[in-house]
Amino acid sequence: MSVMHGAILLPILISLFIPLLAKRLPNIHTGWFVLVVPVLLVSYFSRFLPGTMSGENFTARMPWIPSLGIDFVTYLDGLGLLFALLITGIGSLVVLYSIFYLDAKKESLGTFYVYLLMFMTAMLGVVLSDNMIVLYLFWELTSISSFLLIAYWYERERSRYGAQKSMLITVLGGLAMLGGIAILSTLSGSLSIRETYASLESIQGEPFFTIALVLFLLAAFTKSAQFPFHIWLPDAMEAPTPVSAYLHSATMVKAGLYLVARFSPIFADESLWFYLVSSVGIFTLFWGSLNAVKQHDLKGILAYSTISQLGLIMSLLGLGAAALHVDALDDGLYTIATVAAIFHLINHATFKGSLFMMAGIVDHETGTRDIRKLGGLAQLMPISMSIAMIGTLSMAGIPPFNGFLSKEMFLTGVLEVSGSDLFHLPSYGWIIPVLAVVGSIFTFVYSILIVRRTFFGKRQDDKLPKTPHEAPIGMLIPPLVLVSLVVIIGLFPNLLSDTLIRPAVEAVLPQVLDAGGKIDVHISMWHGFNTELFLTLVIISAGVILYKTLPRWQSLYNRMPRAVSLNHQYDALLRRGEQTSTRIHDTVMTGYMRSYLVYIFGFIVILILTALYGLDAFRFAVDPISSIHAYEIILTLVLISSALSITFARSRLTSIILLGVTGYTVALFFVLFRAPDLALTQLVIETVSVALFLLVFYRLPEISRKEERIPFKLGNALISALVGLTVTLVALASLSQRSFSSIAKYYIDNVADLAAGGNMVNVILVDFRGFDTLFEIAVLALAGIGIYTMIKFRRTGGMDK
Amino acid sequence: MKKQAKKHTNDVILESATSFITFIIFLFAVYLFFAGHYTPGGGFIGGLVTASALVLILLAYDIKTLRRILPFDYKWITALGMLIAVLTASGALLFNVPFFTHAHDYFNLPLFGKTSLHTAMLFDLGVYLVVVGVTMTIIQTIGESD
Repeated sequence: MSVMHGAILLPILISLFIPLLAKRLPNIHTGWFVLVVPVLLVSYFSRFLPGTMSGENFTARMPWIPSLGIDFVTYLDGLGLLFALLITGIGSLVVLYSIFYLDAKKESLGTFYVYLLMFMTAMLGVVLSDNMIVLYLFWELTSISSFLLIAYWYERERSRYGAQKSMLITVLGGLAMLGGIAILSTLSGSLSIRETYASLESIQGEPFFTIALVLFLLAAFTKSAQFPFHIWLPDAMEAPTPVSAYLHSATMVKAGLYLVARFSPIFADESLWFYLVSSVGIFTLFWGSLNAVKQHDLKGILAYSTISQLGLIMSLLGLGAAALHVDALDDGLYTIATVAAIFHLINHATFKGSLFMMAGIVDHETGTRDIRKLGGLAQLMPISMSIAMIGTLSMAGIPPFNGFLSKEMFLTGVLEVSGSDLFHLPSYGWIIPVLAVVGSIFTFVYSILIVRRTFFGKRQDDKLPKTPHEAPIGMLIPPLVLVSLVVIIGLFPNLLSDTLIRPAVEAVLPQVLDAGGKIDVHISMWHGFNTELFLTLVIISAGVILYKTLPRWQSLYNRMPRAVSLNHQYDALLRRGEQTSTRIHDTVMTGYMRSYLVYIFGFIVILILTALYGLDAFRFAVDPISSIHAYEIILTLVLISSALSITFARSRLTSIILLGVTGYTVALFFVLFRAPDLALTQLVIETVSVALFLLVFYRLPEISRKEERIPFKLGNALISALVGLTVTLVALASLSQRSFSSIAKYYIDNVADLAAGGNMVNVILVDFRGFDTLFEIAVLALAGIGIYTMIKFRRTGGMDK
Repeated sequence: MKKQAKKHTNDVILESATSFITFIIFLFAVYLFFAGHYTPGGGFIGGLVTASALVLILLAYDIKTLRRILPFDYKWITALGMLIAVLTASGALLFNVPFFTHAHDYFNLPLFGKTSLHTAMLFDLGVYLVVVGVTMTIIQTIGESD
């Protein structure tokens, strides 16, 4: 346990007290207490900046499950620190924003902040863990907290739908990652990311290595809403806007990017990694921006825009992998893609965060986010308008804002890699820059759309549910901080280059450093008249033309058949899944005890007989059998005849008594074999259960209490005969062959020394195998409660009477 | 049905025998519980024997009588037993030894003389309570349901 562990777990620990604060101090907005946490953390993490700048990393270890190699190891390097600062920094702003966004009187703030703090811990854990299992744990916790936050207004049907969708898709990815972790750790023998990287050479050629790669990418793509898994993000917009700004644009959706960046050192040598990451990313960029234009909801546009921007960063990370395949060439040329990825990641957090907050302000003050109803708000909300303006211009890649710089670098990276003859790209390498440019053009179009439709044009106050006015200052401060960052970074990008970008890039591309290379980050606004500048001009002019002609071609979107849309496919899959499982459930679960018993015994017979056959266990030795006495023969005969007569018994009472006879006979066997504990237990159990049976049968409905002859069923007779045969075979087999020596000797030797006991059976129960007993009594207790609830709370009417 | 008429059958022998046999069974159960560590017995058997004593009362009289004699909610007894068992097992963690490590020592107690005290007995008490609680919960719920 170190301070860093404390820092990661601080939010979730504080969240334990939040409901109390929300209840006890209803006059103070709970957000003010919560705000302390991210502010403290941001100052804590920024102290590491000088360290990571000089290439240091910080680790701390807390043993958790050492026997399985699972320790909570924190690892903070440039990449981790960048994310930690994003999480805590944006987190502070979002919490501040939420104080003014969420009404303390109307909303249940306690739950909101508990989920938010839970997410903060989860996200910090993801980016600061070195152990893959711990990483996975936090990864799933982000999915869960995201689920809870999307469903925050759970009384809305769309919220529940969106929450379920995001949960299903991201958890699917998480499970894929768990598979990837299992493969990777089996190959390398370690769960640590750094140790896996160290033993990379020995595992790279393995056939399963590629499968692990795909599984990890599946996790990253689902989390970062990459095509075709992007469909959950637009529906996640049902969450309160602070959540959308925080989880679904600035942090959680970037966990996928983090995963790709973090595992780049391990996987990037594979060409498949390069292909998958860059092509999925670039297509997502294109697809997201294309779909953003057809949205009418401000947050919908921003959601698709986020998808597209995530695709951009993803593709840059993929293109950056090319750096590892080049030895002779200038590394600087290839590292630029990775530099651009990290740079754009920061930029995107600033401008998209501010845009989401702006959308929230518009929603809060006008009551709608539909751009068809908005318009002309510029005079009423000048500050929000400025925020929107700067944010969108940066997103569209217009100088002098930070988005322009990273967009330029993106184009450079795309051009360089597609122009090279790496992986025989030239044949179809042209697709990459084309998709990049088309995507950027549409980005430009929807950027204009956001500002023009909201703040300019004709005012339509009659369509607005509220009279619009400027937001309170508290709601404006967080987006203002973000847009001032947009401007500052735009003007002085090199403030970041050595402090945040270079250490992060070094963490993504350690191979370059190991090979003696150096990573130089220098970002400048002006590169001279080159292809990138030319492309930017093309993007702007094409964007303007497309925007002007938008009414003419927007109807094209409706031409797309609904049946092929991914959302439709998802819904159909879900519906069909539910139908199929209902059908299977209805056929299998008949509600009759006898059919369940047939299943259970049928499977027991099949499984055990197959196992006996497969293990060739049909060999029976007779020599260990001791001599048989007359008592035993008599008892066996009693046992068999009573068991057989149960099946022919006509009255229930007779069968209960016969059942008791078998039980007492078995108890007598225990007496003969000198097992007093067992005999005692068996006797009492038999007594109590006969009493129970009588009680139950007395309570049974009168109709079925009639004496009737149960018709002979061949199938049931066969199953019961087979069960008898199986049990006999198992008993004989276990007697005749032993795969390992019995543990009985250990118990006999140690019962007095270790447990200070004299009765071995009881010592085993409470001490040696106490865990078993603990779970057995837990099951017993559950069964008791189950019977209680079943009888006390059963539905009256219908079945009974 | 002729339920009401059946209620007051004249089982004098059973009823009077029960009234003192129950105590003997109950004492025997206590003995079994404490003797368990060295001779046959233990929490599980002790619990069952106790439950059978209660069942005997139930058979000889009826549920209302049992209610009156022992006004317990057996669900709570089950829960209490679970709690004792889990706490005993996790108590070991406080002493920095693995979950479920038992401890024992010998003490000179008044009346008993030199006695071995063992944390396993606490765990066994949990088992005892769960067994009694569950058995009685089941029997009572089924018996009471109408």
